[in-house]
Amino acid sequence: MLFEGFAKVADAGPVGMVTLRAKPGAALDAALGTVPGHRQIAGNVAWMSPDEYLIFVPYADVAAKITELDTALAGAHHLAVDVSDSRAVFDITGPKAADVLSKLMPVDFRTLREGEIRRSRAGQVAAAVWRHEGGYRLFCFRSVARYVFGLLSHSAQPGSEI
Amino acid sequence: MSTRLSCGGRLIDRRAPRDFSFNGKKMRGFLGDTLASALLANDQMLVGRSFKYHRPRGIVAAGPEEPNALVGLGVGSRFEPNQRVTTTELFQGLTATSQNHWPSLEYDVGVVNNYAARFLPGGFYYKTFIHPRFAWKHVFEPIIRRSAGLGKAPIDRDADRYEQAYDFADVLVIGGGVAGLQAALVAGRSGARVLVLEQTAHWGGRAPVDEAEIGGLTADEWIRNAVEALEGMQNVTLRLRTMGAGVYDHGYVLAEERIADHTPADGRPRKRLWRIRAAKVIAAQGAIERPLSFAGNDVPGVMLAGSVRDFVVNHAVAPGDRTVVVTNNDDAYRTAILLVEAGLSVPVVLDARAAADGELPRRARAMGIRVETGRGIASVKGGKRVTGVAVCAQAGQGAVLETIACDSVAMSGGWSPIVHLWSHCGGKLIWDEVNAHFRPDPDRPPTGQDGQGIVVTAGSASGALTTDAVLRDATNAAGGTDAPEAAVPQEAPVAAIWVMPQGAGPELRAKMWLDYQNDVKVSDVQLAAREGYTSVEHTKRYTTLGMATDQGKLSNINGLAVLSQALSIDIPQVGTTTFRPPYTPVTLGALAGEARDDIFQPLRRTPMHEWHEAHDVEWEPVGLWRRPYCYRRPGETSHQAVMREVSNTRTNVGLLDASTLGKIIVKGPDAGKFLDMLYTGMMSTLPVGKCRYGLMCNEQGFLSDDGVVARIDEETWLCHTTSGGADRIHAWMEDWLQCEWWDWQVFTANVTEQYAQVAVVGPNARKLLEKLGGMDVSKETLPFMQWQDGTLGGFRARVYRISFSGELSYEIAVPANEGRAFWDACVAVGAELGAMPYGTECLHVMRAEKGFIMIGDETDGTVIPQDLNLGWAISKKKADYLGKRGQERAFLASPDRWKLVGLETLDGSVLEDGAYAPAEGLNANGQRNTQGRVTSTYFSPTLGRGIAMGLVLRGPDRMGEVVEFTKLDGSLAKAKIVDQVFYDKEGAKQDV
Repeated sequence: MLFEGFAKVADAGPVGMVTLRAKPGAALDAALGTVPGHRQIAGNVAWMSPDEYLIFVPYADVAAKITELDTALAGAHHLAVDVSDSRAVFDITGPKAADVLSKLMPVDFRTLREGEIRRSRAGQVAAAVWRHEGGYRLFCFRSVARYVFGLLSHSAQPGSEI
Repeated sequence: MSTRLSCGGRLIDRRAPRDFSFNGKKMRGFLGDTLASALLANDQMLVGRSFKYHRPRGIVAAGPEEPNALVGLGVGSRFEPNQRVTTTELFQGLTATSQNHWPSLEYDVGVVNNYAARFLPGGFYYKTFIHPRFAWKHVFEPIIRRSAGLGKAPIDRDADRYEQAYDFADVLVIGGGVAGLQAALVAGRSGARVLVLEQTAHWGGRAPVDEAEIGGLTADEWIRNAVEALEGMQNVTLRLRTMGAGVYDHGYVLAEERIADHTPADGRPRKRLWRIRAAKVIAAQGAIERPLSFAGNDVPGVMLAGSVRDFVVNHAVAPGDRTVVVTNNDDAYRTAILLVEAGLSVPVVLDARAAADGELPRRARAMGIRVETGRGIASVKGGKRVTGVAVCAQAGQGAVLETIACDSVAMSGGWSPIVHLWSHCGGKLIWDEVNAHFRPDPDRPPTGQDGQGIVVTAGSASGALTTDAVLRDATNAAGGTDAPEAAVPQEAPVAAIWVMPQGAGPELRAKMWLDYQNDVKVSDVQLAAREGYTSVEHTKRYTTLGMATDQGKLSNINGLAVLSQALSIDIPQVGTTTFRPPYTPVTLGALAGEARDDIFQPLRRTPMHEWHEAHDVEWEPVGLWRRPYCYRRPGETSHQAVMREVSNTRTNVGLLDASTLGKIIVKGPDAGKFLDMLYTGMMSTLPVGKCRYGLMCNEQGFLSDDGVVARIDEETWLCHTTSGGADRIHAWMEDWLQCEWWDWQVFTANVTEQYAQVAVVGPNARKLLEKLGGMDVSKETLPFMQWQDGTLGGFRARVYRISFSGELSYEIAVPANEGRAFWDACVAVGAELGAMPYGTECLHVMRAEKGFIMIGDETDGTVIPQDLNLGWAISKKKADYLGKRGQERAFLASPDRWKLVGLETLDGSVLEDGAYAPAEGLNANGQRNTQGRVTSTYFSPTLGRGIAMGLVLRGPDRMGEVVEFTKLDGSLAKAKIVDQVFYDKEGAKQDV
């Protein structure tokens, strides 16, 4: 899926994602290296909730990552699970990429810094967004991928720059 | 006549003519005109008819307060009714048509109502139409519906697109007049993030028209400098053509931006609805001039004095050659002076006050303008346009002293601050005796979560009516101290004049319009008061004062003042009606935003959605999912397709896309304990590798969801939920874990969409899987109600042996990304085994044949598992589970419950869905007693007859009894109570 309007909207293809649920503490610190704070992304780990993290890895490396986490957290109550296929990931790029997103998400993109993530909504569905490689990366549930792509391309139509 | 002046017009560009049409008549204006100024430049004084009496109506104002001049704008898919000509920017090719008239604007039949006006007083509808009752539906309503309403609703689909956007600000300034600009300058210099909205296409508001001087500069110069300075600030955003529509809790503000109203079909969205979070709102919307209530004040050519100035200065348009000015304040003298300076004639200024000695009246007299104090208008002469005025003493009863010929009247009843945004969220008003208006009470603002005010007003919106006071107030509002100086003439106070003349009799009062749009006159409000309508809110509804598109911007203060006089109480005691958003009408398209057509609603699609689409699927909405209902082959009806799918699945093999089924992972040392609480059955004892059917109830004991639970490993379970229940049940689990059992060591994850799930169902199911190959799916290795991980046809698969059909059945979960490929593989290898896809209706028929319940069919929130003979799925050993104590309540434990049974019609027909079984006698409401109802009913191709399940009073105790069920045609169908399992009761077929 690709739409080129005043910003470019592109399906990012398969992205490996592992949901890790665990309480903060020494075991988690050891397993993750850096544990991101509230609404932060540290390296490839994103904060999702006080006991939930999302870890990005190459799509092929998911199983290995889960094994690694299970090993590192052995004995500590946790849940590591592959969610790669349950998500759709879009990249929104171009100088006015934020304009596209600010039509759909109640997020202040002017103050959203590199290294921050917002769990919010896009139109009528849940979505998360952060700054990524000169633009923004957004993920939503895979079942609504076509809807979200529709939203993004509607909002990126030439002439509707804010 | 109204005309274009030969020079001037600060907003128009005479080198850029714009052609447009009004009621088919070709006209020409200039870039920078509003439709109002362009119509007046073409001497089009008559622009519409009033709502009730169809009286001729002209333009009365120059801004959003305009009540009369509403037109249908555009044609076809770009037609929009009720557009105010005063806020419509002129563009090449604009097409406008007047409203509320038949057969034509000039000759209107409905005007007959005008002569019947004395039979149509306030509350007329209520009085007339209440009896006889039948007449309302058959006589009055059809007539009213034909004559009521303003513009016509559009017929075609809207060709334009709309969108919404979010913004955030420390300081949101609404209104880009000098007050708003000054407040923005102060706030911007403080470093705050400032957003400034102006509803028109121009900055500066009225100041240039009123020839204000600020800091030694003309208003135009000062405004240009201010806008330049603001544009130079990184922290300030300026938006023209954006109307602040409403202020809501926590500083949430809606605003509507008109992007392409004036450039239709240029490829841009037409409108954008802004949703703004602001820490502080500065409302600087200015003030609106009030009309005066004299007889004939609605005749075309009678305009607000300030609006006359707007047209002259901004657009070089004069509403008339000879303009009588009538006023109760000094400000209107500006109009008289301006008109004379423009070379037009002002025969007289009628000032209702006893004396007029302010600087402006003195200047007017010095110019030779005749000023008459203590005088008012007894009546306006003319029908479709003003021809003159009859002058009277304000103090008298309207005896005519003199008649003066004129072709327009400029009236001013004083200025009222625009308090809408202040009031939307609870800001209070105080009555200002000196200026005779309501203004915001700074001590009682609308408050935020911390109890502090979220809105401040600035400038005229606060009640400051002179430029110097406006600038001081705006500076203060933004937290500054250094206001620019403004040179202003000294003005004498306004006089509170609510009726002109003061002693006007009934004849005159019945011709004094308060609300032009709804045809409410002074006499109507007085009548309402006499009839006991003492509350201003009731009076509004009774008389329609202040209703419809203008929401009483001109009429409210005059109306409540008249009411207060009629009730002999003070104006503050009468109070105002409630100010509700939006400030001016917002297009529905902007409210809908992007949500139309393909993205109207988020449709959830499974990985196999496109395959279904390509195979003549008939969709069924399941929550936001679209699931295949059936797949029709050429020549088939839906019913025939379903019958074929059932028969084929029972004889060969069927494929079902079961991806929508909820899948929730529950893991942790306490997960078994947790699931034992959630399910009525015992899940902690489920061995690894096995599956168990489970029921979930709410605390009241009612059945909420069901599904198969699989034990994955020592600490991990996977819970299947219904398709519609996945998110709800996941939230339910988290609710208990986070709020009640926060110390239990359990984590959950909703992995519904991680997997595509395919049910392979039917006698050939195993053969199909064996053809895919990769794992042993024999009965010995993978028995009924067990699961295994492995590969099938090269796909990583988790295979569950569960059955919702009574057949040999596997449900195979594969990673969602591979779901489509796996489905294709099943279809391909299944071809020679007679595999066909089947939909939800086939699934329903098969589960009903097996007597399986369906959440939402057999349950409706009032049904407990025991009602459904599901006692076997309720653990007797457990101390507790959610719903256990609820189910012990006497009325749920009673043997007199409606319980699930099978129903077999005596003639083999299909019972109607939801049909009731009547019982003897009537209940307390005089309704027929009932003893049961149908919950699921289908034609079973397997049995060749109708089968049904239903809840029947003590049903299982009445096996063999014949009960009658209602039919839509009024007759009754006889059905025998039977066991709910119609097919393979022993379960031999699924366990092979």
